[in-house]
Amino acid sequence: MKILIKNGHIIDPSQNIDGIGDVLIEEGKIIGIGDLGLGASKKQKTSLQSQVPNPRIIDATGLYVFPGLIDMHVHLREPGFEYKETIKTGTLAAVKGGFTTVCAMPNTNPVNDNSSVTDFIIRKAIQEGACTVYPIGAITKGQKGDELAEMGIMHSEGCVAFSDDGNPVMSSLVMRRALEYAKAFNVPVISHCEDMNLSEGGVMNEGLLALTLGLRGAPSGAEEIMVDRDIALAELTNGKLHIAHVSTEGSVRMIRDAKKRGIKVTAETCPHYFSITEDAVKGYNTNAKVNPPLRTQKDIDAIKQGLKDGTIDVIATDHAPHHRDEKMREFDYAPSGISGLETALSLSLKLVDEGVLSVTQLVEKMAVNPAKILRANKGSLKIGSEADVVIVDADKEFKVEAEKFISKGKNTPFEGWVLKGMPVLTICKGRIYE
Amino acid sequence: MKLSSKNLLGIKELAKDEITLILDTASGFKDVLKRDIKKVPALRGKTAVNLFFEPSTRTRTSFELAEKRLSLDVLNLTATTSSVVKGESLIDTVKNVQALGADFMVIRHSSSGAPHLIAGHIEASVINGGDGINEHPTQALLDAFTIKEKTGRLEGLKIAIVGDILHSRVAKSNIYLLIKFGAEVRLIGPPTLVPKEMEKLGVRVFHDMNSGLENVDVIMVLRIQMERQGKGFFPSTLEYAKNWGLTSERLLKASKDAIVMHPGPMNRGVEVASDVADGPKSVILEQVTNGLAVRMAVLYLLAGVKE
Repeated sequence: MKILIKNGHIIDPSQNIDGIGDVLIEEGKIIGIGDLGLGASKKQKTSLQSQVPNPRIIDATGLYVFPGLIDMHVHLREPGFEYKETIKTGTLAAVKGGFTTVCAMPNTNPVNDNSSVTDFIIRKAIQEGACTVYPIGAITKGQKGDELAEMGIMHSEGCVAFSDDGNPVMSSLVMRRALEYAKAFNVPVISHCEDMNLSEGGVMNEGLLALTLGLRGAPSGAEEIMVDRDIALAELTNGKLHIAHVSTEGSVRMIRDAKKRGIKVTAETCPHYFSITEDAVKGYNTNAKVNPPLRTQKDIDAIKQGLKDGTIDVIATDHAPHHRDEKMREFDYAPSGISGLETALSLSLKLVDEGVLSVTQLVEKMAVNPAKILRANKGSLKIGSEADVVIVDADKEFKVEAEKFISKGKNTPFEGWVLKGMPVLTICKGRIYE
Repeated sequence: MKLSSKNLLGIKELAKDEITLILDTASGFKDVLKRDIKKVPALRGKTAVNLFFEPSTRTRTSFELAEKRLSLDVLNLTATTSSVVKGESLIDTVKNVQALGADFMVIRHSSSGAPHLIAGHIEASVINGGDGINEHPTQALLDAFTIKEKTGRLEGLKIAIVGDILHSRVAKSNIYLLIKFGAEVRLIGPPTLVPKEMEKLGVRVFHDMNSGLENVDVIMVLRIQMERQGKGFFPSTLEYAKNWGLTSERLLKASKDAIVMHPGPMNRGVEVASDVADGPKSVILEQVTNGLAVRMAVLYLLAGVKE
């Protein structure tokens, strides 16, 4: 099957491309990219088209063409929690959101802490997945924070990173060993930064609002202490550290300083941490319960600054689908998490409108940098690479309606929001989803 | 005048004139309670269900008696006798109770916001009988009623609340109510239980008992929950009592007509000395009596919202 994407505004930071042109795909690979820049000749375009006769033509006039987005932080819930999400529904939600690669966190049941679970996820993704799935293995057996899991075997089976996401590795010694050991395979250790002793019982951000709602708060410090610790351990071990879901001003500051000092640390944040404050919790809205919790305006401002100046490398979703019944509970008992795959790109495009990021920087945060951190041959429209492409209409408005999500998780705090900009067509390894 | 909502979820949600209406109505019911025959037919034929997911003696019996005084049919459900132990969700439990034809549901729950959650799913009037560390609105109403009865006003009074404010729904509701009425609220206790940040609520925070009690008109003493001790909020009840226990000596700092209140149950010798609790300034038992009148007023007025 041949596909010709015509006349789109191609943004490919990996090749420094920012201009109008065409992309030609054959057999799931990119075979041509041309007529770049508004002033290019018609001749070039004709020649590109003539290389392959009778392609499926997609007119991308007035639309952006990006390399397929990569989400480093997704909970696909399978195996074990198929009532929340499956590899099939999660990846279909991903392609609807413009993602062609997602990384599956290991807190499934059983936990992805051994190669047979890794193998199951990979096979299932090949059979039923709409996009590429890279598993993330657990750092420790059972994500209990005690003994290292078999990182080497899982890595050879396909795990691209290691994380005990959802649970922090509380023991500094175990975290040190993980960062040291993972160097053998040159894979990042992704840290969910939370001092569980300090955050104990906290269900939202600590502060005046928590006090007036009568909800127990988790202070910013519970995150920052662990960010600080892990930076110190990265410095000690020279290991590859990636900080997950940055939510506070202090974390941004510490990561910025660490980078200045040359420590190997990268970081991600999620759309909800730069889009909404803790105010979303008012009325005991369990769809705004997430860990780390939604913070305050000054944290949002700092995160935007961190995205702008490069402190934060990646925008990931932390897509955490839950069943409706689980969220329709007392706030204390509802599970944390936001279903994020289908709103992430639109919320991130707001940053472009606000002048926080250029479109190129946005593509870097959502495709190029995740590929770099994971050392994946993705996030680029280079000739010869797999045809992972997303076509985006930056002007199209739509209303967020959770009931229309493809994800089984309808848990979004953005219900009813009108967002501008959405993916209109996603191509994964040459397969078209529209 | 009517209340604006069919539910009483918290003092936060009430306007000042609604609170005044409740207090005035309670005054009428207090007269009823002084009669030989204390029962009125006001709400005959209606049903109240008391859903207590947390242990309670005082509040549950007070609500139950208030309901009976208004001729309501009363059903009591506690966590151990309900299907909650079988894993039924809160919303399913209340929907089932609703299907039986409840007009009022009084709920006490360990999770803040539980009354707000159920209010969205049922027809019955929901009355918050204490939710987590959020609010206990009828306690604040009965406290306000008692203060007004004793001092004639709320505005301009200096009121000290002493103890574990952080975890006290009683204190929270009282703070919201007293601020609405222009009282000067002081919170006294160790910084672990009364953080300075609470001043953002519009109160003054004291960590020293003697300076906090200076010239106050009302002292509300809160129960110290023994389980806090092991959590490191304070080293021991002995040390707590030495620093923040209300003794007759410390009481001298307050205004000479000051009253002493306690929502119960008391730890004598810890947060309050026995001679103070039983002394002439104590209105602790009157609070209990007033609670009945206030809860009758709340039920009566909420029934009026639907008519």
